[in-house]
Amino acid sequence: MNRHLISAGDLTRDDALLILDTADELAQISDRPIKKLPTLRGRTVVNLFFEDSTRTRISFEAAAKRLSADVINFSAKGSSVAKGESLKDTALTLEAMGADAVIVRHSASGAPQRLSGWVRGTVVNAGDGSHEHPTQALLDSFTIRRHFGRSASSRSASSRAAGAGPGDGALDGLRVTIVGDVLHSRVARSNVLLLHTLGAEVTLVAPPTLLPVAVGSWPCSVSYDFDAALPKSDVVMMLRVQQERMNAAYFPSVREYSRRYGLDAARMAQLPDQAIVMHPGPMNRGVEIAAEVADSARSTIVEQVANGVSVRMAVLYLLLGGAEGDS
Amino acid sequence: MTGTWLIRGARPLGGEPTSIVVRDGLIDRIGAATKPAGAQVIGADGLIALPGLVDLHTHLREPGREDAETVETGTQAAALGGFTAVHAMANTDPVADTAGVVEQIWRLGRQAGHCDVHPVGAVTVGLGGTRLAELGAMADSAARVRVFSDDGRCVSDAVLMRRALEYVKAFGGVIAQHAQEPRLTDGAQLNEGEMSARLGLTGWPAVAEEAIIARDCLLAAHVGSALHVCHVSTAGSVEIIRWAKGKGWRVTAEVTPHHLLLTDSLAASYDPVYKVNPPLRTAADVAALREGLADGTIDCVATDHAPHPVEDKETEWDTAAFGMTGLETALRVVQEAMVDTGLLDWAGVADRMSRRPAVIGRLPGAGGELAAGQPASLTLYDPTARDTVNPATHASRSRNSPFTGMDLPGRVVATFLRGTPTVLDGKIA
Repeated sequence: MNRHLISAGDLTRDDALLILDTADELAQISDRPIKKLPTLRGRTVVNLFFEDSTRTRISFEAAAKRLSADVINFSAKGSSVAKGESLKDTALTLEAMGADAVIVRHSASGAPQRLSGWVRGTVVNAGDGSHEHPTQALLDSFTIRRHFGRSASSRSASSRAAGAGPGDGALDGLRVTIVGDVLHSRVARSNVLLLHTLGAEVTLVAPPTLLPVAVGSWPCSVSYDFDAALPKSDVVMMLRVQQERMNAAYFPSVREYSRRYGLDAARMAQLPDQAIVMHPGPMNRGVEIAAEVADSARSTIVEQVANGVSVRMAVLYLLLGGAEGDS
Repeated sequence: MTGTWLIRGARPLGGEPTSIVVRDGLIDRIGAATKPAGAQVIGADGLIALPGLVDLHTHLREPGREDAETVETGTQAAALGGFTAVHAMANTDPVADTAGVVEQIWRLGRQAGHCDVHPVGAVTVGLGGTRLAELGAMADSAARVRVFSDDGRCVSDAVLMRRALEYVKAFGGVIAQHAQEPRLTDGAQLNEGEMSARLGLTGWPAVAEEAIIARDCLLAAHVGSALHVCHVSTAGSVEIIRWAKGKGWRVTAEVTPHHLLLTDSLAASYDPVYKVNPPLRTAADVAALREGLADGTIDCVATDHAPHPVEDKETEWDTAAFGMTGLETALRVVQEAMVDTGLLDWAGVADRMSRRPAVIGRLPGAGGELAAGQPASLTLYDPTARDTVNPATHASRSRNSPFTGMDLPGRVVATFLRGTPTVLDGKIA
């Protein structure tokens, strides 16, 4: 496994499965009264957030703290970054403080990769511009795996029950439909790469204006017709539509977008029985997803948040060499 | 240092070795020669003699950004690259949009003395794209401006572009257009294609260049004026220019060394040393540009030498400055991309890097033949040398060379400007 986690494309199938299996084990800790392991005691993890994202930041913070790491939160607001300090100088400052891992969220695509050239510690991409958000993809795969009985624990259970657990815990053959603003979505990019690595069949559904012109080179299929894709979906993943897209002629109106690409109860009824509905959050209820869908039994949205902590624990544990420390 | 020089064993345009005698600023004689009295001798066995190179597109940054480059350092870089004349782009601070500013830059060039500096005048006041600058005053100034450009920005208003093309007919000028449709390139960072899609960088579509070039070719034809297209970067642009030239319209074009050699795949590192405008394109575009330069559709190589201080490049991709240095590597890159590939011989290099840019720049004293009686502006080049590009050794004040770490052929050994050596043994004379 690479020292940094910048792109979901950096992960081999074995890397990804190791992270997901480790997350499975770590998830059990969340059910204990004392939710803490001593694994990263004495290690310093810096949350370097140049962009507001309370949910991702607290998810990483909880993950690091449950592994007993010291956590420093460094947000652009009220820091020297707001006074015009460069990314490089910020990196050198963190380096001087002895950060073992830097978790970086930035509005510019590629900022984590640049940072990885300037610090000795491990860099984890917590979302960069329109590029990638690999831990989101990992937690999404983790969630899918659990629902379709392919996680380590459910594998043993199902093999006991049916005598035929599916393979190695990957997502082979599952049909995942990702819907919305693919062009600007780091979640979509990371998910396409990781889901492909794990053997899922990915279909992107969006108005043509919200797909990259070269989307044909991606390892997935593309459709403009949401209704046609619904019956062939085991998973529907809805992407947030940003307010600024609505004002930049990517589509005529919010209502039209919602009619053609929003997931409402009628569309949800077209899904196969076992299908689940995902959303990375935060949601625009009534735009890309109807409230009754978001709150339905098929929705995994709250579960995704909980799984985020386990997956991020696994990433920090594996990248910071927690495994070696234990042995 | 003007004096008498005997250059022994040089190969004019890559031809048979011979001697070149330089006297009183002129080429005195080419052919077997005994050493004239008092002449200094340069052993040039194996070196290729080319007419002094002419760059139509250089950013010298002075006045305003002397931390990036000055006329002194920029013209040193030019001389070390084999150039004897450069056109200094107008996007300085203040903008070169008045006779006063262009004369200042012209004088700085004369004082530096490393090569001729021909200021390019802005087309519009302050590069603002709304009002024509005083093109006539700049043309009539001591700087004798003939090339006008808002380079860095496109003259996107069709009416303003038409008027500019018409207006410069009065004094034989040319409008050099930075072809970039602004609405199609709002926030654009990288060629729109597989790389931009993967890297999540806002795409700079080829059509944004091609649409403006097509429009401007039609405008130039309509008003019977001369259009020069800066830094052509796409296969489609080459086709459009080929079509316009086929009609007999007065359209010329340049390509940069970096667009002849590099592709957008380099952006995978997110290192902004590869960030440039127009952006690096695909391998198919590179092939079409090479072919266009070889068949003459593209008239010349121009560096678009764009120095930037370290802090403007050691950043995230989105916030980094656009541009690459190029004067000191241009000829080497052209050898790698065009000569060593068999697409162009050395006579062709002389045509594309000296004669034609001098014609487009309306420079009667430059770009001449290597022949007795011509001004002795020439460069001696060793095509057998080879080394790794290290910008720390460059005279340019900036270090943003995209060729850093690349192994490239060639070495400029000497440059003469009207009989005076500006470079000897690869160093500023």
